[in-house]
Amino acid sequence: MLVLIGAMLVTVFIKAWPSFAHNGLSWFGPGGDVDTQLRAMQEVKALPGHSIYYFRAWPLIWGTLLTTVLAVLLALVVSTLAAIFLTEFAPPALRRTLDPVIRLLAAVPSVIYGLIGILVIAPYINNHLISNARKASVGYVVQLNGADVMTATLILTVMILPIMTAISAGAFAAVPAAWREGSLALGVNRWRTIWRVSLHAARPAIAAATVLATARALGEAVMLAMVAGGRGFAPNLLDGVTALFEPVRPLAATIFQNSEGLTIAPLGHTIYAIGAVLLVSAAMLSFGGWAAKQRFKRYGVRT
Amino acid sequence: MTPTAELAPGASRQTPAPPPGTAIARAPRERTGSWPLVDRIAYALCWTVGIGLCLIALGIVLFMLVKGVAYLHPKLFVESPAPSPKESQSGGFLDPIIGTLIVAGVGIAIAAPIGVALGTWLAEYGRPSWLARAVESAIEIIAGAPSVVLALFGLVIFAQGYLGFLSQTAAGGGVYGRSFFAAGAVMAVLALPLIVASTREALTRLPDRLREASFALGRTPATTVRRVLLPAIRPDIATGTVLGLGRIIGDTAIINILLGTYLTLEKVGNVPVIGTLRGTGSTLTSYIYSNSPAGEGNAPHKAYAAAFVLLVIVLILNGIVTWLTNRGGRPEGGGLSRAFRLIQYTSRLNWR
Repeated sequence: MLVLIGAMLVTVFIKAWPSFAHNGLSWFGPGGDVDTQLRAMQEVKALPGHSIYYFRAWPLIWGTLLTTVLAVLLALVVSTLAAIFLTEFAPPALRRTLDPVIRLLAAVPSVIYGLIGILVIAPYINNHLISNARKASVGYVVQLNGADVMTATLILTVMILPIMTAISAGAFAAVPAAWREGSLALGVNRWRTIWRVSLHAARPAIAAATVLATARALGEAVMLAMVAGGRGFAPNLLDGVTALFEPVRPLAATIFQNSEGLTIAPLGHTIYAIGAVLLVSAAMLSFGGWAAKQRFKRYGVRT
Repeated sequence: MTPTAELAPGASRQTPAPPPGTAIARAPRERTGSWPLVDRIAYALCWTVGIGLCLIALGIVLFMLVKGVAYLHPKLFVESPAPSPKESQSGGFLDPIIGTLIVAGVGIAIAAPIGVALGTWLAEYGRPSWLARAVESAIEIIAGAPSVVLALFGLVIFAQGYLGFLSQTAAGGGVYGRSFFAAGAVMAVLALPLIVASTREALTRLPDRLREASFALGRTPATTVRRVLLPAIRPDIATGTVLGLGRIIGDTAIINILLGTYLTLEKVGNVPVIGTLRGTGSTLTSYIYSNSPAGEGNAPHKAYAAAFVLLVIVLILNGIVTWLTNRGGRPEGGGLSRAFRLIQYTSRLNWR
């Protein structure tokens, strides 16, 4: 088992090394069109003036950050509310319905989410939410077609909601009744009690749930490859709302879409470099979650 | 240990059961009319989110049902996929279904024994403790690693020259590294954490008196595990396996990288079973992907039909998990079912 993990880290990094070595730290920086660079590698034709390994991953990283952070923030709010509803307010009949509903949402394969996203939600956004003026305003840089940050974020939120809700709900259910009763006895209403007592007690679980959900959002490849636009473009936040309608291609989706070219040396090394970055981020998240838990451990409940 | 604490781990531990004969008075539900406006808005939001989640799930299932019934055709199940730009001539998904079964079978056959053994070792022995802790974090890293990265890793491993017998070797001696066997093995890694978690969780939940009774009868620890503990947690092992199966069947990234984009079963050599295992093919997930507008086939009707079949399989697996875990009735404490709690502890191993 351990040997396997060790081998995994080492092999991925060995495979990734040429890409990092040729680009240095500017691997992470902006510069040129990522898609052109990847295509050049696939055809093993160096771009004029650059080495064959020339690669600037910033648009991919930026796309990952945008979709992940937006989805996790949205899911954090929604899942906390859902957990409160599930444990405190829902009538028993509704609770018995929500319970399998959340498990169902957790079990739906990501390719089905992607299919619904690309065949239903993306066309809807394209036809109803993006005006022609908006399309024209950025038409000279990028085409808007409904497969964008917005669609990706919404579906990603639904995908990470169940796991966050489940963990938070467990923590809310485990808050000692006496703590809440103390607050209620002081005349604090039920919502304030939940907000001030239960929520604070559940913080370690919520933190852990957020970390887990972030890891899942980072690693989601298939759904994002289908609905995020599939173009290595870095949405410009200065565009305002339009930035939400611009296509991206997160890191994991890039690996997924280039899996055919893994045998072509430069492209393969670059893909493995992306994989290494993802692996390191996941490990750092894991560690961050652990550290956050240590800090909160003294106060909260443990489920 | 009181019986209630045993029934509902975690939740009911805080609140001791009232002594028999005590009437439990329930306070009347507080009206929200007296609350400040902000609190009432928040209360309304809670309801909105709760109902909204139900509607999303209902929407997904109904939508897939309508589309599935509309485009599903019995002959789709018996025809192999054929490359054709026309949707009426591109065949069915017989091969992808067989592929799904092969990958799931190989994956579970590898993951179940290893997972149960690891879970038992972690819960019952766990010595030396540094090794146990290292194994725990290793499994946690696997559980947190994106499946695309697992697939990349698998491709490196199975493209090694000496593993050529598991896939196909090109004329020049290069190993292709893509085969049902490779995909199944990496899928096993994906399912492993779930099986380990359920086994371990169930073993730590078993009351010590079982072990003590067995020891008192003169059984060795190893016999106790084999004859008493493992039979006692059989349903939990089954639950973990079914959860792992669900994850294997739903994964696309590993399939796409380790089987390539062939839609039909491509055998290697003439040996019947081994040839298929060494060869490549497709599964329902990769079939859906390649028939969606994002893939090469672009046959949305076929994709809908296959997605419906996949969703039905996933729902059946989900039902099995519910049946396996909720047979003992609903535990108190938030009214959450046991199956619901599974999401919690299978998503993070050393959660406690």
